[in-house]
Amino acid sequence: MADDKDVLRDVWFGRIPACFTLSPEETTEREAEPYYLLLPRVSYLTLVTDKVKKHFLRVMKAEDVEEMWFEYEGTPLKWHYPIGVLFDLHASNTALPWNVSVHFKNFPEHDLLHCPSNSVIEAHFMSCIKEADALKHKSQVINDMQKKDHKQLWMGLQNDKFDQFWAMNRKLMEYPINEGGFRYIPFRIYQTMSDRPFIQKLFRPVSPEGHALTLGDLLKELFPAAICVEDEPKRFQVMIHGIEPLLETPIQWLSEHLSHPDNFLHISIIPAPRGCGDCRSVLQTTHS
Amino acid sequence: MPSSLLWAVDVYGRVYSLSTAGQQWEHCRDAHLEFKRVTAIQQCCWSIACDHQIYLYVHASDVPIRYQEETYENQVSWWNPVDGFSDRLLPSDRWQWSDVTGLKHQPLGDFQLPSENWEWEADWYVDENFGGEPTEKAGWTYAIDFPATYTKDKKWNSCVRRRRWIRYRRYKAQETWVKVCTKQTGSLPDPFNDITCGGWEITEEPRGCLSLWAVSLQGKVWFRCGINHHNPEGSVWEEVPVPGEVVQISCGPGDLVWAVLWEGDLLVREGIGRDCLKGSSWVMVESPDTGVAAAHVAVGVNVVWAVTKDHKVWFRRGVNSHNPCGSGWIGMVGEMAMINVGFNDQVWAIGFEDRAVYFRQGVTASELSGKAWKVVSVPRDSERSHSSASASSLQSAGCFFGGEVRLQSHASVLGDADPETERTGAEVVPTPEMGDALKPRIPKVTSDNFISELVSDRDGQISRRDAPPAGPSIPEEDHTEKEVEDRVSPAQVLSPSQSSGVDPQWSNVDLEEAQTHLASGPGDTAETSSLSSVVTYILALEEPYGPDEHPKWAWVSGGGCLVECHTQLNWFNSSTATGQPALNSSMQAMSHSITPAQTAEWRKQIFEQLSERSKREMENFMHYEQAIEQSVWVKKGTMQWWRDWKPHKWVDVQFALEQFSGAEGNKDGILFIYYTFNDEKKYLHVFINEVTILVPVLNDSKHTFAIYTAERTKQRWPIRLAAPTELEMHDWLALLSVSCCDSRGIQGPPSKQAIWSVTCRGDIFVSEPTKELEAIPYPTPCNQMFWRQVGGHLRIIESNSLGVVWGIGYDHTAWVHTGGYGGGFFQGLASSTDNIYTQTDVKSVSIYENQRWNPVTGYTNRGLPTDRYMWSDASGLKECTKNNTKPPSPNWTWVSDWTIDYAVPGGTDREGWQYAADFPASYHGYKTLKDFVRRRHWARKCKLTTTGPWQEVPPIPLSDITILPCGPKSTVEQVPLWAISNKGDVLCRLGVTSLTPGGSSWLHVGTDQPFKLISIGAVHQVWAIAKDGSTFFRGSVSTQNPAGDCWYHIPSPTGQKLKQVSVGRTSVYTVDENGTPIHVWIIADKVQGSHSLSCGTVCRRQGVLPNEPKGHSWDYGIGGGWDHITVRGNAMEAPRILMPSLTDNGSNQTAARPLQTSNQPEMNGNPVGC
Repeated sequence: MADDKDVLRDVWFGRIPACFTLSPEETTEREAEPYYLLLPRVSYLTLVTDKVKKHFLRVMKAEDVEEMWFEYEGTPLKWHYPIGVLFDLHASNTALPWNVSVHFKNFPEHDLLHCPSNSVIEAHFMSCIKEADALKHKSQVINDMQKKDHKQLWMGLQNDKFDQFWAMNRKLMEYPINEGGFRYIPFRIYQTMSDRPFIQKLFRPVSPEGHALTLGDLLKELFPAAICVEDEPKRFQVMIHGIEPLLETPIQWLSEHLSHPDNFLHISIIPAPRGCGDCRSVLQTTHS
Repeated sequence: MPSSLLWAVDVYGRVYSLSTAGQQWEHCRDAHLEFKRVTAIQQCCWSIACDHQIYLYVHASDVPIRYQEETYENQVSWWNPVDGFSDRLLPSDRWQWSDVTGLKHQPLGDFQLPSENWEWEADWYVDENFGGEPTEKAGWTYAIDFPATYTKDKKWNSCVRRRRWIRYRRYKAQETWVKVCTKQTGSLPDPFNDITCGGWEITEEPRGCLSLWAVSLQGKVWFRCGINHHNPEGSVWEEVPVPGEVVQISCGPGDLVWAVLWEGDLLVREGIGRDCLKGSSWVMVESPDTGVAAAHVAVGVNVVWAVTKDHKVWFRRGVNSHNPCGSGWIGMVGEMAMINVGFNDQVWAIGFEDRAVYFRQGVTASELSGKAWKVVSVPRDSERSHSSASASSLQSAGCFFGGEVRLQSHASVLGDADPETERTGAEVVPTPEMGDALKPRIPKVTSDNFISELVSDRDGQISRRDAPPAGPSIPEEDHTEKEVEDRVSPAQVLSPSQSSGVDPQWSNVDLEEAQTHLASGPGDTAETSSLSSVVTYILALEEPYGPDEHPKWAWVSGGGCLVECHTQLNWFNSSTATGQPALNSSMQAMSHSITPAQTAEWRKQIFEQLSERSKREMENFMHYEQAIEQSVWVKKGTMQWWRDWKPHKWVDVQFALEQFSGAEGNKDGILFIYYTFNDEKKYLHVFINEVTILVPVLNDSKHTFAIYTAERTKQRWPIRLAAPTELEMHDWLALLSVSCCDSRGIQGPPSKQAIWSVTCRGDIFVSEPTKELEAIPYPTPCNQMFWRQVGGHLRIIESNSLGVVWGIGYDHTAWVHTGGYGGGFFQGLASSTDNIYTQTDVKSVSIYENQRWNPVTGYTNRGLPTDRYMWSDASGLKECTKNNTKPPSPNWTWVSDWTIDYAVPGGTDREGWQYAADFPASYHGYKTLKDFVRRRHWARKCKLTTTGPWQEVPPIPLSDITILPCGPKSTVEQVPLWAISNKGDVLCRLGVTSLTPGGSSWLHVGTDQPFKLISIGAVHQVWAIAKDGSTFFRGSVSTQNPAGDCWYHIPSPTGQKLKQVSVGRTSVYTVDENGTPIHVWIIADKVQGSHSLSCGTVCRRQGVLPNEPKGHSWDYGIGGGWDHITVRGNAMEAPRILMPSLTDNGSNQTAARPLQTSNQPEMNGNPVGC
């Protein structure tokens, strides 16, 4: 019997093969070779693309270089979303590797945040963790940690140290056994077809009657369209870390095991590709 | 921790028990009578019923209580030595049927069952075992004359012969209350008033004596003689003279006995010991409070608690075995009616105001007085004699509508009841009705008299006291003292009005009255009617005392209730009165729904999808560069290192672990030890992927561990390190262990094929066998095996290839592997989240007191200058005094004082001495003229608490265990598992499968004598060795008949008595299946390495084949300090190596189908790594 810990490992060590190509809009001295890289799903684009930057800078003049940003099929990629979320949202069901365009000019000020240094990513990451713990434990756990513990979480992510990160993150995943879960589940629901960046509301893992709530319960409340009705074609895919968990999966379990290092459960809702079949067939396959 | 019971009696005399695993009081329906006292210990519960008889309730056990009766048949061939023996003996000869001495006449017919609670197991039969050797068919043993030495062989001069007949009787009255008959010659005790059971710690296991003390109505004290393991009821009552009238008595698990006198002072029994359970004299101790008499006393191992008549609670300081009187009283918080000290000195009490059962929280060995009183608030089983549905509806109704519903139901009861009951009901009801509005009105009385007092003040008509009839609305506060005074004279209590039988249902509760009633009752009809009216009364009473009403308790006994400071009891927070329960239960439901999540569809789906995703997104792209370069992660610390060269000593070193990603993405690391030598900085390093084991070392002062590599195993020369604190050592060990496992790609629980072993420190190690391990002809040398530690503490471990792993602790507790990993100091990721439980173990530390005889003073503790230390270890080489001897390692804590061990092989005299001509020599238990030295063995118990993937298999303590080894793909439905209990009983476990490795129950397999070792081999061959060294084979054991049918006594090879496990086990191999390469692993006593010697080393015999059972050489593995190994799990198919040049064509055709095992526990006391 596989252990739940294996899920944590699988989540952490999830990688997306990416092919970085320099945007044709950029002016270069020589032709730029594409750059291939395995990107950690749980990390941030600007945190793991130093090599990409170095690679393309070699063929460019210094005066043509401004802040680097990325784009996929015309959509600027928000570095402050985890890489896995960006991929699931914009590029799932496409052929691998993921073709990402690299830009050094015309920074889309309206779409992206600036990221001048890693400390900005760290600040963003830590603020997410703090927000998540505010939801989960009224910030009690994160406030009890020392500065070096916070640093350990960040260094764990930055250096891809699973053990180092989880030695500390474990504490953030604890909850009083008699309460059956966190106070609220830190989650964010993303969709491509909306102007809203994401949906986030207060949601408890346990119903007032004491039942464990599931992913289905969450969606019913916040995105009913994602729950498909029998006999109708499936309209949306609900993706977490590139997989579609069953709707009866307890939300608390998901929060503990499928959250990103920022302690949020990032849920991507994307239009189902055609030919996915109707819901019944999906159910049948999953239950067979 | 197995569940155990807390017993209590409510104010109506009903007996309830509460399981430590349970959530409600269970009514003991078996009790037809009301009880006034219970005193419980682990194996049984004694009580006094309202008929003043003593009742006993023996808990059922998988091992029956049986007793062997024996007698000898003697014959002589005096007249004609050639022809034969005759049963006509000379008048001067012994009896034809006699005891072993021949002096006592005992024919078969004279043997009677001691009481109707016993039954014969079978008829008499002849014992054909003589000192471990089978005799001729008829079981005769021969000698020249009575009394002489008998042999099993008949010689020309054998003139007498005898044979032993045996018959077993079995105690059948289990799980039921039986009256303990007082067949007694001499003075019969008058009716009993109080009873207390204890003393089980005074004698060692096989004897298992208990002390039962009782107080009669006249204030006399009686001691029940002869209660032991084979005789649960005891034999006779003996009066113990007391200097006054005793009202109550309490006996602890050890040698403490205290009693309360009528006058309010206390008596302490002195002189209690293993030879004198009754003790010798009384010492008086004054009441805790001058002016206020003591009312109640309760004692444990090292504690005394008392309650005075003003209900104040007192704790006695400084009580122990040497000073049973203690030194002074400390007043405690709380007002209690009675108090009881149970197991582990845990304290239970009945509150004076609310009559609730209280538990003293925070009682530990270091803080015996505890911290606070906590009320045990669990409901009683609401199921009544009517349907449970109505009862529960009443409960819910009662919650919401209060009095209305209750009145209604009450009315219906009144309507149905006969006039007498109606009247009773009417009298009884007001109290609870009042109780709702006011504080419950409880009469102020001493606990002893509580039942009768409560009745008397309810029973308006029967006022047999001078006090005015107690109307429901009159609070009884002031005449309490008077009542107590009244009771001083029993004659006064006995009032004529009682025998009128107006209120028979309660009459038998009162002490004196019952006697008169039963003695001079008008006959059977009256008896039955009184009985039936009791029943109706209870029925009537149930309703007003609905489940929402707090039960009112009169007596509690925790002597059988195993509670330890780390035990989690769920008795305290279940609130029945508020709206909480609904939430609680639903919360439980939810947590239950998460636990089976292990098997839920959604979980499976996530696992499948994740691995699918990893495959899809990564499989074809592994040649891509990783975005994040793996940097080196370093952890540093300071330690001490046992220097590799002379002079060996602990030197301070810097210690660092550098971790990095290895070539194929797996993690690796290097361990650095930086030291200074001649002012020069140097270092020593070990590659993490070369480490074969990290093992904690037994050391009574330092926190040490050893690091082995294959090379260092060969040298018997590990790196030994000591961490500054236990915590740091555990941190390091956990980190290094994870790091070693990572470098070898090992994670998760051990496989079913795993090889398990334990060190003499009790640490458990597991090694994953590789296919090459048993490869023929070039197996992997076993010094290259990698061992990782698993949490827990065991002495013996056994496994088989279906993943069934059992172990036995030093305290003989049986444990089963839960399938988890980690525990102990493994935290977080190195440990599974579930399947980890608390594990405790207790072991004895031994020292010896040595003395030499000198002609002037006799034996003294002054020896010759050349002698050994007067206090030493077993070898006599190391000085070990009572004060300087520490527990084996800092994880252990003392839990007892030093005591003399009388159970040493060879026996001792009354003071525990063993004698010999000189040190060191063979000792015997009696003194002869030639003996000039003597020694005695002192033992002290210590205890360890840890966690690990082990679950206790209660309740029978075991000494040996064996599990059937299975083939690699065998599908055995029930895994045969046999064990020997610590008393020598042979047991067969039923219901053991790979899904339920713990099995369901024990089946007792009868034997004629205690056994010590057992082993089961292929095709259900069960071999066992008895304590006298005889070897037995169990016949007809099969899947259909798991326990077999009979034992066959196998003669031992001439001149070689089978008394070692190894020999016994080898004999199993020799009869083994055809064509199976046999793998023999042992723990060797001493192995010479290139640098050092190690004791207790894992070794494998190479070249053992069916046709060559001896093998040819030993292959040495990890050591020393190993105690036990099992390779029965390793049924892995060894690869056939195709090397035609090196192997014969024939031998390779035999499928290498392992596996047999060996385990030879060597009880050497060497520390790990010596």
